[in-house]
This record gives sequence, structure tokens and C-alpha cells, in this order.
Amino acid sequence: MSAMVTRVVLEEEESARGVEGELLEISMGPHHPSTHGVFRMDVRLDGERVTRLKPVFGYLHRNHEKIAEKASYLAAIPYTDRLDYLCSMTNNWGYALAVEKLAGIPVPERAEYIRVITAELTRLQNHASLIGFLLQDMGASGTPLMYAFREREKILDLFESLTGARMMCNYMRFGGVRVDCSSEWLEAAQNIASSFPQFLDEYEQLLTGNEILMARTQGVGALSAELAVNAGITGPMLRASGVNYDLRKVDRYGIYDRFTFRVPLGDHGDVYDRYMIRLLEMRESVKILEQALAAIPEGPIIDPKTRLRGLRPKAGEAYGRIEGPKGELGFFLISDGSTNPYRYKVRPPSMINLTVLEDMCLGRNVADVVVILGSVDIVMGEVDR
Amino acid sequence: MTQAISVEEIKAAMEAAVPGCRAEILRNESPSAQHSLLIDHEHAVNVAAFLRDDMALRLDFCSCVSGVDWPDREITEKVKVKKTVTTPEGEAQEQDVEETRKTMIPGFLEAVYHLFSIEKKHGPVVLRMRTVNRGGDARLPSLTPVWRSAEFQEREAFDLYGIVFEGHPDLRRILMWEGFADYPMRKDYVPPAEDDVEAVAK
Amino acid sequence: MDQELKIELSKHGIFTTTFEELYNWGRKNSVWPLTFGLACCAIEMIATTMARYDLARFGAEVFRASPRQADLMIVSGTVTKKMAPQVVRLYNQMPEPKYVIAMGACAISGGPFRDGYNVLKGIDRYIPVDVHIPGCPPRPEALMHAFITLQKKIDAQQLTGEERPRHLKANEPSEFPVPEFGEHGLEPAQNPDVFHPLRILGQ
Ligand code: SF4
Repeated sequence: MSAMVTRVVLEEEESARGVEGELLEISMGPHHPSTHGVFRMDVRLDGERVTRLKPVFGYLHRNHEKIAEKASYLAAIPYTDRLDYLCSMTNNWGYALAVEKLAGIPVPERAEYIRVITAELTRLQNHASLIGFLLQDMGASGTPLMYAFREREKILDLFESLTGARMMCNYMRFGGVRVDCSSEWLEAAQNIASSFPQFLDEYEQLLTGNEILMARTQGVGALSAELAVNAGITGPMLRASGVNYDLRKVDRYGIYDRFTFRVPLGDHGDVYDRYMIRLLEMRESVKILEQALAAIPEGPIIDPKTRLRGLRPKAGEAYGRIEGPKGELGFFLISDGSTNPYRYKVRPPSMINLTVLEDMCLGRNVADVVVILGSVDIVMGEVDR
Repeated sequence: MTQAISVEEIKAAMEAAVPGCRAEILRNESPSAQHSLLIDHEHAVNVAAFLRDDMALRLDFCSCVSGVDWPDREITEKVKVKKTVTTPEGEAQEQDVEETRKTMIPGFLEAVYHLFSIEKKHGPVVLRMRTVNRGGDARLPSLTPVWRSAEFQEREAFDLYGIVFEGHPDLRRILMWEGFADYPMRKDYVPPAEDDVEAVAK
Repeated sequence: MDQELKIELSKHGIFTTTFEELYNWGRKNSVWPLTFGLACCAIEMIATTMARYDLARFGAEVFRASPRQADLMIVSGTVTKKMAPQVVRLYNQMPEPKYVIAMGACAISGGPFRDGYNVLKGIDRYIPVDVHIPGCPPRPEALMHAFITLQKKIDAQQLTGEERPRHLKANEPSEFPVPEFGEHGLEPAQNPDVFHPLRILGQ
């Protein structure tokens, strides 16, 4: 295999254990079919069991923050697309929200609705693909991922007709969104929202009761609620551990207080719960979509008084955060009164969710590591930035 | 985001609970009005533990840790000074003269912690710590023992800014490789010259 | 062989070919890429292999996880300085004949991240690239176009003569030096044997 395998006899540990046999140190990645991009784990194995696991980052460290500090506020938006490259819309929103806080920019109604619609569509395609990748890691190569990508393509088509790009939408601006959507577009979105539950039923029929899936995931990689909170885990992973914390409910950013939806919670915090939470969240997202599509008003889509180019917020700072599909996506901006941010920091949910990877993997088999990593839902563009 | 408790109250509670701790409120003039608390090094870990465990505050979730670089600044200001000048008539006279005075403000590195409470659902409370200077004394106490979520982010601040977090369990470079000599997020970092071979070389 | 005669013969059910044609025909229709995704472009690469775009139509659906079994490396995304030695090492581990597609602006030149301190400004500094596709990310159609371009390139390769490709020349290298991590960047910053920056015409 491509993972470089080095056999080392770790004498001290050996004698401490007082057992025959040697520990094996394996470097999984940075090129490894199971690591979701260029991620590396230094794993120490006792037979099949993991006795230590250290994640190694930086193989996709593209200096997003440094580049954004050298560019204007507007110029950072296309870079946020490339953070978590599956979810450009939510990344845009997180950044726009932080700038709006920093400069005190209002957002018109219609833009808020469009933001909710695009963000929930993003959540749908992210969760669907994640489950596909997770199943791929479990050995179900092909089918679940193909189902997911079939749905994803429909959503991407929608994004493309709205913004001109499939993945890198570069759509939201501080104070609103870039272009208005037509009534046909809204109709197409409505079609997706109403047909999505069918796909979910199909997906669930294929997966949820599947014995192999249950055997591979139940009780694997359990995470306690205390540890999850202390380690800053957010998003579906936190809720799978039973902690009720969804920023759409807590912060009520945008107009999320106008919609009724539930926050699914898990009991065990294992991989199966994380899988289930994502499925249930998709159903809730569909509900939000239906409500937003029914209620979207006419009106302007961007605050007319905001200067997009050459925006100069007053000196100060702001931290804005949203509930991204992967967790709390935050942006911390410091302005010194000039046209570019003095400090621009991204709070990457997928990186911080990896804090507990070792805790979840200790004592498990190598094959479980792959599944546990898959259930965290990482995208390297965001982990390393 | 509700800031249920004001910074003043937090400061007072902090100083009452951790004797000897010094905190300073830094006002944030932007519309976000997220004011921050600058705390001293010696009591930082105790203060953090208090903030996490206090029943009213319960800031159990440390969301975001950022390093910030504030390089040495030179401030030029005009000051009026009284000087004795000799008038053309030969008399000594006191006059107001304008002078430009330059003052160097030494730079420092800063770590900013954004805290929230998952239990009480409030926040953010912004904690700050500052190093003495940007050179050999760029040290801060690590808050990873209090909030594990700071583990990777403090390592990142160490990697990119060179802030040494004392008490961090595993302080290594995280994004750049071991053996890299610079701190690339600092404002005065210059990338190596050979990067800029343009496509027009002969 | 005369092209017209060949057509004429095929009308009578006689199929003629040369060894070179047969060899290239076989190779071009079974290019196996390495399972190797670097960044955002890799997602579009995955989308290309899925049902809608179906890369299998070009004989390239078998993604191999091991470089020893792969013919093609699709450099799909930003190559950082931290990753570059691994990319070169993987390339070295692939057996000849091997090809490289630089997918996306990042792999070509660093793209939007060109100003980054940890970003390699084009993978062609260390390994030879056969096809470049611009885009950020290139659409799946563009990746398929790159495949077809590569197939044409393979089809046109001669087995003998001076023009024959690298893997048929005994004294040409098939492995390239792996850069090392230095204190400020990679050492060397580029491999002068491989990296031939474009010259502006007339200079
Ligand atoms: S070219 Fe664009 S889409 Fe591709 S890896 Fe680079 S930034 Fe991402």
C-alpha cells in the first residue's frame, strides 16, 4: 500500500508492557485512499489495536488567512468558497455575517430568504455526500456515493444557474447577495425540496437497517458529551453526543427564528448516531426549505448603501459565526480602519472536531479508524486553510 | 448572540474569585460591541478555570483561539513645548513651539479567546493575553488544560506567530513542517525570493 | 501503409493495422489514474467519475490506490510545499509509461493561492506535465477533454525513432529528484531539468 510502513521496535514500551511482539508504527497518509484528502495520521499499532494516533496537518495549508489580510474585504469572498469546498454558500455566509457585524450592515428580507434557501441546499448536498463517503470508507464502494452525487448534481445545477459556477459560487456579499433569483429558479428549488424526501427514503431503505452498517458503526468511536463540549466539538458531531446546541436556534442569525424545525439529538455519540443525525438533519433542512420557499418576499437583494469595493469598517473587531454543515464556522476580523482586514481568522469546525480523533480511536481496530474519521466529516481545505 | 452578562460584571466576578488577578477592559468601538478582557499571565489559568466552572457564567466552550501580531509602531505626534527664545531685540522670552516627537511603541503578540456557554447559551466573552515583546519573551500560559479545544489552535498560533504557550501538552509546529524557521503570519514575514521566478525567465 | 488501401481493405472485411497502432490503441483506452485528490479540484474529479459524467466511457474508471498500478496522475488541486515531496515521490513510484494531468489553476501555477508562502507555484517545477487544464475548478467536461487530449497524445507516440517517448529511451530518467524541506522553503525551489518556463516570443 502507499502508506509508508515502518517497522520500529519501541523498546521502552515493549519492556513496560512485558509482552512479546512489537509495536508497529504506521503513517496513514498524506496520500491514502481513506483519508479524505491530504491528511495524515501517525498511528501506533499493537497488532490490530490502535495505541496512539496523532493527526498531522498542513498538507493543504494554502495561507488563506495571510492572503486575505493582504486583500480587500470583498476579495476574500472567493477565497472563502475554497475553504470547505463542498459548501461554498455557507462559507460565504459566515464571512458576510462577520463583516456585517463589524461594519453594522443591514440585510434586506429577500436576501435573507435566499441565503437560507441556498444554505439549506448546501447542507443537503454536504450531508448526502458525506454519508456516501462514509459508506465508501466502510467498503460499500460506489453505490451510496453514486446516489448521493446524483442528488448533488441536481443541486449544483441549481447553483450554477443562479451563480454561474457549480462549486465556487462566490454568491453572497456583505449586505445581501450578488444576483437575484428568478421565479423559475424558485420553482426548480421547490421541485428539489419536494423530491428530496423520496431520495432520503430510498437512501434509508438502502442503509439505515443494513446489518453491515450497524455492525460497523454501532458502539464505534463513542464520544461523551462532556468531552465533546470541552474539546469544542460542534455541529452534527456534538449533537450526536446528545448536546442540544444548534446555532440556528441559539444565535438565531439571519431569519432562522421564523422557521419551525427540530434539532435531532443522539444518545450514544457513536458513528451510527452521527450518521443518523445527518439523515434527520436533512429532513429538517427540507422543512426549512419548504417554509422559506413559501414565504420569500419580493424586494431588494442587497443593502444599497453598502460599498462593496473599498469598504472601510471603523477600527474594531467582530466575531461572527454560523451553523455550517460541519459545525460552527466562525470568522474573527480585526479592522484597523483601512480597506483590508488587519486580522482575518477562520474558526474551522472540521479541524477542531479532529481534536478528539485520538480519544475516539484508542483501542479500536485500524478498520474502525477509517470509519471514525469518515464520520467526523472533514474537508482538508478547511482543516489546513 | 446574546451577551447576557456585561464585561464589567465578569471583570468584577473574576477579580473577586481569583485574588490578585488583574484584568483590563478593552472597548470595541465597532457596531459588534464585543468588548474584551485583557488578563495577566500568572492568574490566566485560574481565571479560565473560574470562567468555565462558575455557575452563573459556565463558559464551557472555547470556540476560537487566534494569534494576532502587533509589530513595533512609531507614533509621530505634534506637541507644544515651552521654550525660551531670544527675540531679535536680545531679550529672553518664553514661547510655545511646536515639535514633532516620535515614540516607539514596542510590539507584542496577542492571543484572543472567544468563549461561549453551551449550557447557558450566551456569549461571546472575549479574553485576551499579550506577550511582553515579539522576540524571546513571546510567552503566554496555555489554556489547553482548561479547554481542550484550544489544543490545535494554540499550536497553530505557535506555528504561525511564534507564541510559546507554556503548559501546552504537545507544542509542535502544526501546519508548516518541523525545521521551518520563520513565523509566516507575522506582519514582517518576507517569503523566499526564489518563489517569484516568473514565467518569462530566459 | 496507404490509408486509402486500408479503407478499401476494411470494406472487404480485412482489418489491417501496425504494431504501433495496436499498442497505442490498447494503452490509450485503459489509462488508469491514481486515486489521488489534493483539494477542491478533486471533488470535480470525483464528480467526473460518477454516473452523470461517467469517465468509464474513456476507459479510465479504474482508480488505483497504489501508484505501482497507475498510469496517470491527475494533480487535482493545490500542491503545497509541504505536500510537494510526496507528490514527486508518488510520481517516482509509478511505473513507465506514466502521464500527468495538471488539473486546475493551482496545479498549473498556484492559481488563486499563488501568493501563499506554503504554495508551490506549479507542479511542473518538479515533474513533467503532459496536459494542463485551466479552470478553478475545471468542469467535469474539461477533465474529460483533458483525457481525450491525453489519448490523442498517446495515440501519436512512435515506438521507434528519435521522437519516441521518454519511456522508450533507455537513458532518460523516469524518476526525478525529490525536493527537501529547507528552513525557508523547498530546496531546490525547482528542478531546472524539468522546469522550462515559457519564454515570451521574440525575446
Ligand atoms: S484550481 Fe481552484 S478549485 Fe482547483 S484546487 Fe485550486 S483553488 Fe481549488
